[in-house]
Parts: sequence; C-alpha cells; structure tokens
Amino acid sequence: MGERGASGRAGTSRHHDSAAKHVAGSAVYIDDMPEPPGLVHLALGLSQRAHAKVLGMDLSAVRAAPGVIAVFTARDIPGKNDVGPVVHDDPIFADGLVQYAGQSLFAVAAETVEQARGAARLAKVQYEDLPAALDIAAARAAGLELEKPQRMALGDSAAALAGAKHRVQGRLVIGGQDHFYLEGQVAIAVPQEDSDLVIYSSTQHPSEVQHLIASMLGVSSNAVTVEVRRMGGAFGGKETQAALPAAVAALAAATLRRPAKLCLDRDDDMILTGKRHDFEIGYDVGFGDDGRIAGVAFDLASRCGYSTDLSLAINDRAMFHADNAYFLGDVTIVSHRYRTHTVSNTAFRGFGGPQGMMGIERVIDAIARTLGKDPLDIRKANLYGAAPRNITPYHQTVEDNIAPDIVAVLEKKADYRARRAAVAAFNAANTVLKRGLALTPVKFGISFTTTHLNQAGALVHVYADGSVHLNHGGTEMGQGLMTKVAQVVAEEFGIDLDLVKISATTTGKVPNTSATAASAGADLNGMAAQAAARTIRERLVAFAAAEFQCRPDEVVFEDNHVAAGAHRMRFAELVRAAYIARVSLSSTGFYKTPKIHYDRSTHTGHPFFYFAYGAALSEVVIDTLTGENRTLRVDLIHDVGRSLNPAIDLGQIEGGFVQGMGWLTTEELVFDDKGHLKTHAPSTYKIPACSDRPPAFNMDLWPAKNREATVHNSKAVGEPPLMLAISVFAALADAVASVAGYKVLPDLDAPATPERILMAVEKLRGAA
Amino acid sequence: MRDTVRFQLDGRLHEIQNPDPTRTVLRWLRSEARRIGTKEGCAEGDCGACTVVLGEAQDGKTVYRAVNACILFLPMLDGKTLFTVESLSAPGAPLHPVQQAMVETNASQCGFCTPGFVMSLYAHYLNGGATDAPSVRNALAGNLCRCTGYGPIVEAAQRMNDAPRVAPKAQVAIAAGESLALASAGKRFFAPRTLDELASLVLAHPDATVLGGATDVGLWVTKKLQVLPTVISVMSVAELGRIVETPDALEIGAAVTYSAAQTALARLHPDLGELIRRLGSVQVRNAGTIGGNIANGSPIGDSPPPLIALGATLVLRRGDTQRRMPLEDFFLAYGKQDRQPGEFVEMVIVPKLKPGADFRVYKISKRFDQDISAVCGVFLIRRDGDTVHEARLCYGGMAGTPKRAAAAEAALTGKPFTEATVRAAMRALEIDFTPLSDMRASAAYRMTTAKNLLLKAWLEISGAVATRVLEAADG
Repeated sequence: MGERGASGRAGTSRHHDSAAKHVAGSAVYIDDMPEPPGLVHLALGLSQRAHAKVLGMDLSAVRAAPGVIAVFTARDIPGKNDVGPVVHDDPIFADGLVQYAGQSLFAVAAETVEQARGAARLAKVQYEDLPAALDIAAARAAGLELEKPQRMALGDSAAALAGAKHRVQGRLVIGGQDHFYLEGQVAIAVPQEDSDLVIYSSTQHPSEVQHLIASMLGVSSNAVTVEVRRMGGAFGGKETQAALPAAVAALAAATLRRPAKLCLDRDDDMILTGKRHDFEIGYDVGFGDDGRIAGVAFDLASRCGYSTDLSLAINDRAMFHADNAYFLGDVTIVSHRYRTHTVSNTAFRGFGGPQGMMGIERVIDAIARTLGKDPLDIRKANLYGAAPRNITPYHQTVEDNIAPDIVAVLEKKADYRARRAAVAAFNAANTVLKRGLALTPVKFGISFTTTHLNQAGALVHVYADGSVHLNHGGTEMGQGLMTKVAQVVAEEFGIDLDLVKISATTTGKVPNTSATAASAGADLNGMAAQAAARTIRERLVAFAAAEFQCRPDEVVFEDNHVAAGAHRMRFAELVRAAYIARVSLSSTGFYKTPKIHYDRSTHTGHPFFYFAYGAALSEVVIDTLTGENRTLRVDLIHDVGRSLNPAIDLGQIEGGFVQGMGWLTTEELVFDDKGHLKTHAPSTYKIPACSDRPPAFNMDLWPAKNREATVHNSKAVGEPPLMLAISVFAALADAVASVAGYKVLPDLDAPATPERILMAVEKLRGAA
Repeated sequence: MRDTVRFQLDGRLHEIQNPDPTRTVLRWLRSEARRIGTKEGCAEGDCGACTVVLGEAQDGKTVYRAVNACILFLPMLDGKTLFTVESLSAPGAPLHPVQQAMVETNASQCGFCTPGFVMSLYAHYLNGGATDAPSVRNALAGNLCRCTGYGPIVEAAQRMNDAPRVAPKAQVAIAAGESLALASAGKRFFAPRTLDELASLVLAHPDATVLGGATDVGLWVTKKLQVLPTVISVMSVAELGRIVETPDALEIGAAVTYSAAQTALARLHPDLGELIRRLGSVQVRNAGTIGGNIANGSPIGDSPPPLIALGATLVLRRGDTQRRMPLEDFFLAYGKQDRQPGEFVEMVIVPKLKPGADFRVYKISKRFDQDISAVCGVFLIRRDGDTVHEARLCYGGMAGTPKRAAAAEAALTGKPFTEATVRAAMRALEIDFTPLSDMRASAAYRMTTAKNLLLKAWLEISGAVATRVLEAADG
C-alpha cells in the first residue's frame, strides 16, 4: 500500500457498496438464494370479504390439488397467532373473523410456487357478512377508533381564533400510497438442529421478526435467527409487514421440518400489506393582515385499517408535523385514529409527517388566497423565528432553525420573483395551458418518538491480517446505510473503505435492534459502529504506545498506516503485532440518542434530537381541458448536515422527492364499495415513470454541519426530502388558482390526478 | 414439424424438447438456468425488472429488442438469441459500458430494478444509443424504479457511449427450420410458418388460443393462472409480419408488432406515432401486435380508435376464406367480437389520410408513459370550405367497445366548423356515451374530458393555441 490518503473516508462520495453487483445481476436477494433441498413453496389464501364471520372453510380441494403438501390455518399455530408490533391484534391467519378484503386466511405448501398459488384459489369459504366501515366517514359514523382522540396544544387557540382579524376554515383529503418496493415480500425459513430456525426475511426489522416468530412457535428467541443482506426496496413497507410472510414460512418449516419459502405475488402483496395512511384534515385558522397566523385548530383523521400496527405513532408524527416549519401561535391539534375494515395501514417514508405538513401548507395557501398575496410571502412570514416564535405545539424549542436561511437562498438562487412574473405573463397569454409555481419548506424531526427505540448496537472484528468485518443492527434497503457505516469505521482506522467487509444483518450478531426506520439508520448504527471501532482502536493505541514508547496521543491512524511516535507501520502490521501480543481485536458498540424525552399523555416534551430542513421550488404546467400536467422544473436545497456521503445523500433526496411527487400526483389507491382494492398492480397503480422526472432538477446540499453531536455531524436523510414534493402539489394548486385570478383557494385534494385537477378547474370556472 | 425449441444464450445453442409451452422465460431463467439476475417485479409486463434482450436476424442484419421475460413463453425464444444481464460481463471481468455507466452515476440504490434497466439500456445501446432526452426517456419508459427518481439512470444512458463500444458476441445463425409443434403435459403449442398452415391449424383447433406477442395472453397464465391447452402463435408466419404500403393504405399483418408499425403509422400522422409511442412501453411494443390489440377486443385498447376513425378494414381468415369488414363492426359488445370459431385476424388495412383532412389523437391517462387510457379520443374532420364535410369521431374508454360518436358526428356534419357547432357536438356526446366509473377515472371525468378533447381539437385546428402539456414540457 502506497503513501496516499485512505480512500472512502466519511464525508466522501462513494458508490453504493453493492453497485457493481446490482448492475451485474449478481447481488443476491432472498428469492435469488439457491433453493435448499426439499424446499416447499407457499401461497396464501386471502379473504374475499371486508368484514365477515367465517362460518366454514372447505379446504378439501386445496389439499387435493396437485403438488400440495400441507395446508395451514390458525389452528396449526402452536403459540400466538399474531404479528402485531405493538398491540397484539394482527393475526397471521384470520380465525373466525375477517376484517379486510385480502386478509390472510390460510397458507398452502406445495412442491412448486405455481401449484401453491393455484391451490390457494380453490378454497370454499362460507362467510356471514358483518357491517363494514371502509373509510374515515364510515368509521367516524360507527365510532370505530383505535384509541381516544389525541390532543396536542400550545396556548389558547379558541381565543386566538376568536380574536383574529381574518378567519378561514377548510378541509383537505389526502390519499394513501402503496410502497411499491420492486422486490415483493419474501422469506425463506430453514430448519436447523434442536428445532431451531434460520429465517431469511426481506425485513427492515429482523429483531421483531425474530421475536414474533418465537412467540408464534412458543419457543425462546434464541431458537430463531433472522438474517437479511439486502432488500429490494422497503420505504417503511417492510418495517412490520415483513413479519407475516416470515411467520408463515417459519410455521411451515417448523411443522414440516423442510425449508419453506413464501414469495408474495405482486397483486397479493399490494392487497395484503399496509400502505400510507390516507387523511382528512380540517382546519380553522385566524390571521392578521400581514398573513401571520394568530391561532389554528387542526382536526386530523386517518384511516388506520383493521389493526393497530404502528398507527398510533404514525398519527402522533402527523401531529408533530402539523406545524411543518411554521410558528402556529396558539394551536390545538386533535387527531382521530379510525379503525376501518381495510388493510392495516403502516409505516411509509415520513411516517405521518407528510400528511401533517400537507395540512399546514394548505392553510398557508388559504391565507394567501384570502389576502391576495403571494403564498411565498405568507410562508416566510410564518416560519419559526426568534423567541417566543420558536416553540412547537409539543413545547419543544426549535434551537437549530435554518429554514428562513434556506428559503431565502433558494428564493434568490432559483429566481423566484422573476419566474413568478413569467408565470403570470404565460397565464395571461394562454387559455388552455396554465403554469403554477410554489416554494415550500420542510422541517422534519429526527428520532423515534418512542424514546426507547433510539438505541443501536454494532459488532466490529479486526482480523490479524488487518481486514475488518463490520456488522450492525441496521438493514440495507437501497439507502446506502452499509456504505455509510463502513465509511465511518474506515475513518476510525484510517484505512481504505474496501478493507471493511460489510455483512448481512443478523439477530445472531447484534441483538434487540430497532427497525431501520425513522431516517435514523446511519445516525444510530453509525454511532454504534464508531463506538465499536473506537474501542478496538483505543486498545491498539494503548498497545502501540507501550510497544513503541510514545504517548497515546502520538498514535495516529491515517493513510492505511499507523504512526506511533517516530515509528510508522502499516495498519496490518500493527494489528498483527497486537494479535501476537494477545490484544482483543473484536468489540461491540452501543449508542443511545441523548437529550430526548416525551410525555405522550400530554403530548409535550423534547421528542426530537434535532431537525432536518430543506426547501423546494417547483414549476408545473396544467391542461385546463383535461387536467393533464407536467412538473417542468424543480430547484431544491436540502440539509443533511455534514454529509457522510454526498453521492448517496443526493440519491436519497432525488429519489425521495420523486416518490413524494408520485404520492401527490399519479398514485391513487382505489377501493370499491365492497372494500376490494382495485389498484393492486403496476398496470393500475401508477408510480412515477422515467418521463415524470422533472426535466430540470437542480439540487444543492445546505453547507452546514449538524450542531448536535451526531456521527460526523451529519443529519438523517431518508424521509425528509419526500416532503419537498409538497411544492409540486402546491404548484399544481397555484396553476389551478390562476383560472380564477388567484382569488379563490382551489378545492384540490391529493393525489392531484388529471381528474382531480380538471374537476378543481371546472369548479373554479363554474364559480367565476 | 419440429418438437424442439432452439435458441442461443451466451454463444451456446439451447435445445429444449417439448417444454411446457406456457412456461415463462423468466421462470426458466431463474429456475432451470439459475440466472437469477433477471427479476420478477410484477409478472405482468408493467415494471421491466425482468427485461431481457432478444436478437433476431432480419433482412440480413441482427435486430435487438428489449422484452419482458415475465410474460414471454419459452417457445417464443425459438430461433432467437437471448441476452440476460449475465450476458454483459462475465464474473470477475470488466463491466460492460452500460453497467459501468450505471455504477459511475450512482444509478442503483436497492438494485432490484437495476438488471432490467441495464438490459433496456443495453438494447438502446445496441440500437445506436441516442442520448437526447426524449429517446432516453422512451427507452426507459417500461422500467420502474422506486428509489432513484431516475436522474442518475438517465445520466448513465447519456454516458454509456463514452467508453469504447463493445459489440455483442458473434452469433451462430439458427436455421429457420420447420414449423414448431410442441406437446407437453396435455398442452400443445404450434408456431406455423405459412399462412395456409396457420389457417388449417386454427380451423382444426377452433378452441385454441391464437397468440401474438403474449402481452395480454401472458397475463392469463401469470395472473389468472389459466391453463391454455392449445396455443397457436401467428408470429412465425412470414406473410403476417409484413407491412405493405399501397398508394392509399397500409396493410398491416397480424404479426406486426407495435414497434414495427410505429414508423409507418407515424408517417400517416404524427399524433398516431405519438399514440403508439405511449402505448405500453418499448418492451410491450416490441412484443405486442396491432392485430392482437384488435383481436382481444379490449374497450381500452389504444389502436382501434384511430384505426376506426381512419376507416380501417379488418381482414379475417377462416380456412381458405377471407372476410373483410369495417374495423368498427368487429367490436360487437364488451368482450364480444365478430370472430367465428376457426377464424383469426389476418391483417388490418389502414387508409392514408387524404390531403386537407384534419386528424387529432388524444390519450388521457393518469401517467403519460406505460399507462392504459382512461379516454382515447380520435377525430378525423374533412371540411369543404368552412363546412364540415365528414366527421369521424372515435373514442376508447367511453363504452364497452371502441365506439364512434354518431350523434356528435351528426352534429358536426354539414355545419360550419365554429365553436357553436363544436359545443353542440360536445353536448351530443351525452347521447353517444354513458361511460362507467372505474379505477382509472370516474364517469363524470370521462364525459367531461371526451367533450373537452373535441374542443381542444377545434382549438388546435382553428388557431395557434398551445394546448399540449407534453410539448410545453419539452419546449
């Protein structure tokens, strides 16, 4: 190794560690693993009713179908028939009662996947229908809620509203979103000796899958090992939803003593698994002539589906982000969590935050249209500022506010005022096509709001040849977590990144992990891995200082070498010497996020370690005869602190933005009046395609480090950029507003499909 | 007759005797061939994760096309060269320029869609690799990525030509051989090579599934889990793979893919070319046929409305007998076409536009690329001075079949081509259609849009008003 800087240090752009394997087709996903001898293939039988008693299931045709080995129902589960992550209300197989159309009733094991899927359709199920509440309105009418309405408040919103010069009320409906990870849910369970199981599961949460399977089988956790090298996308959709397929595979493997695989067909996956919550948001806002909010009352309602899943925390996060980047004055936020007879909605990038932000951005637009002002001026007037305008509705003081700076820089850099004038000129000259423009900020709280989840573990080995083995509790779903954490470890030892071997996440190496979620993967696991590496490095420092007669602070790791006073050696030489001297070269590392606390009973506290910020300016064009639309240009600035890997962070930002755009434009979940999902495949559910990417897309990272002591002062990046896409929705609404001279707030719900845009245009034209 | 499917893969000739004829290429690759790089994302040809490239000799040169392996039946490989992502670079060898460009631009995140993108770009590369934005977007329209937002992949497409070009491995010519007749586990598959042979087979097997590119029939197998006892492919019949241009018309054989027809149709009118460009994706258009799109009778198929508006004639064949009818008469009702047992679609004859005629095609869908129409509106207007001499208006998505708007046509014909006339015709559409609500659009939206498209056509024909968002986005 020559005299040069070690490559791939923290803070440098590096390709994803698996990039070369991705493009060669050699990266192994679970369905790609060589099939173990004796493997049985599984398929699920799904409920055809939204809410019904199951009077009987005649599975004789299923059992008699070619290749069928076994059929499993609730009665075949030795332990708990449940994969609920928080509350135990998520049966693996419905037992006497189905609560949504598509709920898992039974599983078939067969010699081939075609046989299993074919047989699963042969069941004859007798139902007795029960009243089904399919949407928010029906659940509200029936009084079906997961818990009592939650209330978060600062000051006296009623008084502020009563005293405000202007007051506007309104309502916004926001649709859900399917994750549409390209790799569907999949798991393989392989029996081991002593009735142990190893499960390969495409999951963001191996520890939870482990614990749920142990509980299902009635064994202790140490009998179950869960492993995942990589997922083909997840986005929150494999935080809890991976557990059911894994549990079914484990049940079959444990029962049959044969390896078992369940790989969900795309349609089954979309029908069976939870999605982003759809919301209805009511608002009542009071404000002055300057557009500043004096007080606001929000009423949030969401469709949670049939079970609790993570809905309580998701709806909490919607409340936490009902302020976005704005000081709301006196505020009350009430949140209703409706139980419906539809699929149980779940985590999805942003975890309720995006829906909360949509509400306040609509409020800002309502103020702007009422006062006849540019929405950007209203946004700027309401951003968090100096005390007392720095207290959130949950009473956390915003200490790191950079939103005003980012908005000001973006406004200038992207030429907002000139483009606003150009849009006005275009709209004056065009009768059919109309352009719209919007600049919206993002402030997103980083930390699990359930405080105990903010912990992580890692395991680092340095082998005697100087190569490093890295393991931690985080999972790789494409976000580049493994690369980033490896960079952190390489940095500690001053060695090349390619000397750090990335390994599959497994409950056998790091136990009791949290889900890789809440954007916190690098924050938590990076710190844990850094701690592990530092422990080993400190041992090496002590050894080198003694061996080479220098002070510990004279031992320096860099450029793949270690300097100990005047002595300089290759890193591998020092490691070898330390091994011979019987120095332990393996360590665990642990991290827990400091400073955070939260009292859920009052919805007050300091739930977030810090905030990630950003802002985006989007320009769109709509066709007022058809509602067709294009996003023409996006300019954005996003804050990732001191980036661990700018290439990966920019990828997260662009990908998150486009995914957010999809949520708010073309992605529409349609259920029929019996509760059947009608958009359960890419032929009917339209995520953005290549041509939907805005032709001009300008991204910049905000050039400042995190003021908090995160790993290398970086910031979380997974979720926050998704919400930059609210600028697209606001720009579409701006274009619609042009047809009535910007005097009326368009009645535009999300997703802004061509249909919704056209109907909003027609409504404004009808009113004009 | 031959009972062995023969194709090449990485320089090796594969011969498979009597395979399960509806086994998909994707399943075969991932199971028997253990080539796991090709992924299943949807099993319906809508995500592109399973994209492979087929090479085929045509007029003395090799033609390369990207297709979806998930809905391609194994016998459809007969006589072709198959390329998968593993074909591009051997383990340990340098990556292909397409792959290397994808690495350099950070174009993979989770990596699951990546092999499909690599293969779409590889086909694009082999076909010249144009780097202008519309060409790249079009080449990638059939591949979904949920992670990257596409920017880095587009950049890779623009960079892949920078490295020295790498030619595909030389291929051994596979003799065309005899017609294919496979039998396996109670299923039969025929791929006759002549029209007469096809006609006899369809007559002999009136219950057979007549197969084009399998972009629809493939889903019967992968999604509906149907067993197709007898399948007769039209794709090896040379006579049906031709487009014959006469002074007045295009005669398009039933085995002509959308891709093969696209250029000729675009010459009839650019709107028609754009409609075909937005029909499915490159992969779908490389496999699917105009004939199949007609024969399956879908009310939302995109090729019938423009062909009906143009006055196309459908040619059916049963045994030795040909039958001709106006295309619109073929569609009797939802799911019911005027095709007799033993009969099949032989070709469609599309008249060229007469000079002076105005023609407009509009496709309305939630997403511009790779989406099915909520409404497709096609208008052919011939004027005599200011007066509408003839109006042929045909819509898809408004009824159980592609259907002409008779009342609206009547409201236009013989009238001055003014806004008042057009608005009267818009109202008349309510007589012509009672559209349904479904997951693609509500009945109200369909009706409003159907009317507005007519208004849009009038605006475009009678003035220089900007009316198209796609052009605004590219301009």
